[in-house]
Amino acid sequence: MKIRLNIGAISEPLQSEQFKTGDWGTEWSFVDREKCTACRVCEQFCPDGCIEVKEIEGKEVAVVDHNYCKGCGVCASVCRYGAIKMELKELFKVDVC
Amino acid sequence: MRFFGRGHGACPGCGLAIAVRNILEALEGKCFVVNPTGCLEIISSQYGRNAWGVPYIHPLFDNAAAVACGISEALKVLGREDEGEVVVLAGDGATADIGLTLHGMFDRNHDVIYICLDNEAYQNTGHQQSALTPLGEATTTTPAGKLMLGKIGRKKDMVAIALAHGSPYVATSSAVLPADIRRKVKKAAKIEGAKYIQIHCPCVTGWGIDGKDVVKVGNLAIETALYPIVEFENGKLLTVRKVKERKPVEEYLKIQRRFRHLFTSPEGRKVIEEIQKIADENALRYGIDLKK
Amino acid sequence: MRKVVRGFYSVAYAVKLCKPNIICAYPITPQTEIVENLALMYANGELENCKYITAESEFAAASILVGASAAGARTFTATCSQGLILMSEVLFNAAGMRLPIVIVNTNRALSAPLSIWNDLQDSMALRDAGIIQVYVENNQEAHDMVPQAYKIAEDKRVRLPFMICMDGYKLTHAYEPVDLLDQNVVDSFLPPYSPEVYLTTKKPVAFGCYAPPHIYMEFRVAMQRAMERAKEIMEKVFADWAEVSGRNWGGHLEVVYPDSKNFVIAMGSIVGLLRKVVEELRNEGISVGLVKLRTFRPFPVQELRKSLENAEKIIVIDRSVSFGYEGNLSIELKSALYGMSPEVISFILGLGGRDVPKDFLKELVKNAILGKEKSGFKGFKEFEEVIP
Repeated sequence: MKIRLNIGAISEPLQSEQFKTGDWGTEWSFVDREKCTACRVCEQFCPDGCIEVKEIEGKEVAVVDHNYCKGCGVCASVCRYGAIKMELKELFKVDVC
Repeated sequence: MRFFGRGHGACPGCGLAIAVRNILEALEGKCFVVNPTGCLEIISSQYGRNAWGVPYIHPLFDNAAAVACGISEALKVLGREDEGEVVVLAGDGATADIGLTLHGMFDRNHDVIYICLDNEAYQNTGHQQSALTPLGEATTTTPAGKLMLGKIGRKKDMVAIALAHGSPYVATSSAVLPADIRRKVKKAAKIEGAKYIQIHCPCVTGWGIDGKDVVKVGNLAIETALYPIVEFENGKLLTVRKVKERKPVEEYLKIQRRFRHLFTSPEGRKVIEEIQKIADENALRYGIDLKK
Repeated sequence: MRKVVRGFYSVAYAVKLCKPNIICAYPITPQTEIVENLALMYANGELENCKYITAESEFAAASILVGASAAGARTFTATCSQGLILMSEVLFNAAGMRLPIVIVNTNRALSAPLSIWNDLQDSMALRDAGIIQVYVENNQEAHDMVPQAYKIAEDKRVRLPFMICMDGYKLTHAYEPVDLLDQNVVDSFLPPYSPEVYLTTKKPVAFGCYAPPHIYMEFRVAMQRAMERAKEIMEKVFADWAEVSGRNWGGHLEVVYPDSKNFVIAMGSIVGLLRKVVEELRNEGISVGLVKLRTFRPFPVQELRKSLENAEKIIVIDRSVSFGYEGNLSIELKSALYGMSPEVISFILGLGGRDVPKDFLKELVKNAILGKEKSGFKGFKEFEEVIP
């Protein structure tokens, strides 16, 4: 089977989106929809572009896409309303003896 | 529409990824990105994993400015100027050390926005010093030892160099000021000629900080006056980000691994005093202290 | 329009007829008058849809062309010697990105010691860059080669930089009668440049992506295949050119007296001198022919093997050297003829503009054929190297 090879290593746009980075970190950010004011500050700060304000049940709130969230915590650190919390992924919640 | 795709390879909490997203959004994706070798290139432009939603070229480490000039002039000749701005997104090493072609771009005043994403060392290859590494920073090529306490000498003053070339728009900003980045990039886009914007980009791995502290550290650089946020149009100082109560540089230095060694010896203390002097000079030079 | 012009003008005029969009260069002797002439044409508004840029170095000039070419522009530069070496990082890169930049290299020696005079050391150093290299014998051939260079480089089956090598001073500054092409001849031969892929916001692709070990090698194989395809396409273009212009320069080689027992092989302007040498030696009853090698990359291995299959002795005239080995063309030729068994004698001469008089060259070739001259440097003063 022959592979397709673009001349001069030219690449098509936005191919990185196929690669999910959500499993990189030990934590994910979670938004408290009650506290969120949809101010969009976290949206501007997220290095991975994985928080977006969306309308959910008639209210605009920030939504984290855990397919890509690397758990850096930048969003939580800029939220003026304390609406974003970092939580350890289930996988890492283990007892250490 | 996304201009910088998710799934890119930046470290969690990467400052320059914040800056890049805001730059591209400010230009609404109407731009051509020229990106020399460095962190940004490595995290975004692997063949088959391209993160860019805008036309992009990675030429070499040392020629981004000239390549941008070529694109800018070609677009004019081909009658395609309206397609967008030509933007260089270069690291500090590619700008202040090896970026040989920057002065020609300024000299001929090509219509290019040159943006230096300043994370203060060659971070992608594991934290080696560049001309924009600040005094006292321990890097792998300026390690802290018995005789040497990190980088000797100050950051190269690229703002002054750009101004000396007569650049029509010269500004600094920080990855922790997305609104400021957007405003300045939009402004630069409206001005014809070779513009220079230098953006301070905290680096989690190189600086030895936690993702959660990226914004805090970035802000402390501003609040200590170690990274003045300024803006010049046609050589005239237009805006300066003022600081109400300037913080001592220790507050900035002590929370970063790269400066940790300065706190463990009397010689290190002297370096901290020197760094404080730089901050004081910056404050005086740009009038950073808000008058009480 | 037949005119007596100097080599640099014959090139500049041909470049103008090819309608490049971006010309960018940094002046270097003896290329300077090529770009000066183009700058003058630009200043007088004679270049349509074209911007002439004076760069701050050859490194920048080549870099500007990388940007312009990637954005879809037809590009031109000229350089030589230190300038070509300074460009080299960019040119390797341009070849890998498959950008059809056309370069005229006015062959000049390399420093140190500094020399502004002619030999082929500069372009030989770029042998492995992935750039097509053609060497011309005279100013008419240089003139004719420019439109052909664009046609070959821009062919979508090729897309590689193209370097026309012409001897500095010996050609660039020589007055020769040249049939200057008509615009309509060039227009009928060379279509406007319209690449299938280029930098545009309408279809935002990424150029210059890096390739990890799992995919890097494929791109280098692709370059080799493009070179191999170029070899065939060039022959077609050369033939088409003969039809369009009425001047047939031959294929990758020109072989004079193909039935000879002995052959001299060379590239560039020295071929003109060798034509005379060969005639004189034949008048003396010596069976000697001449191979003019036009295309150095891609290297025409099969053509050389075929042309030289009955050769008993081959004399290679080199004007550059791979230090620690021998003359560059000699190395290439021996490799191409592997398995065949002619005697190969290689002379390295004319370095840094050292004069090569006809009678000197004739004696060398004659003595080599008679078995009285060994390979090596010729035409230098013997010395003892001392530390002052």
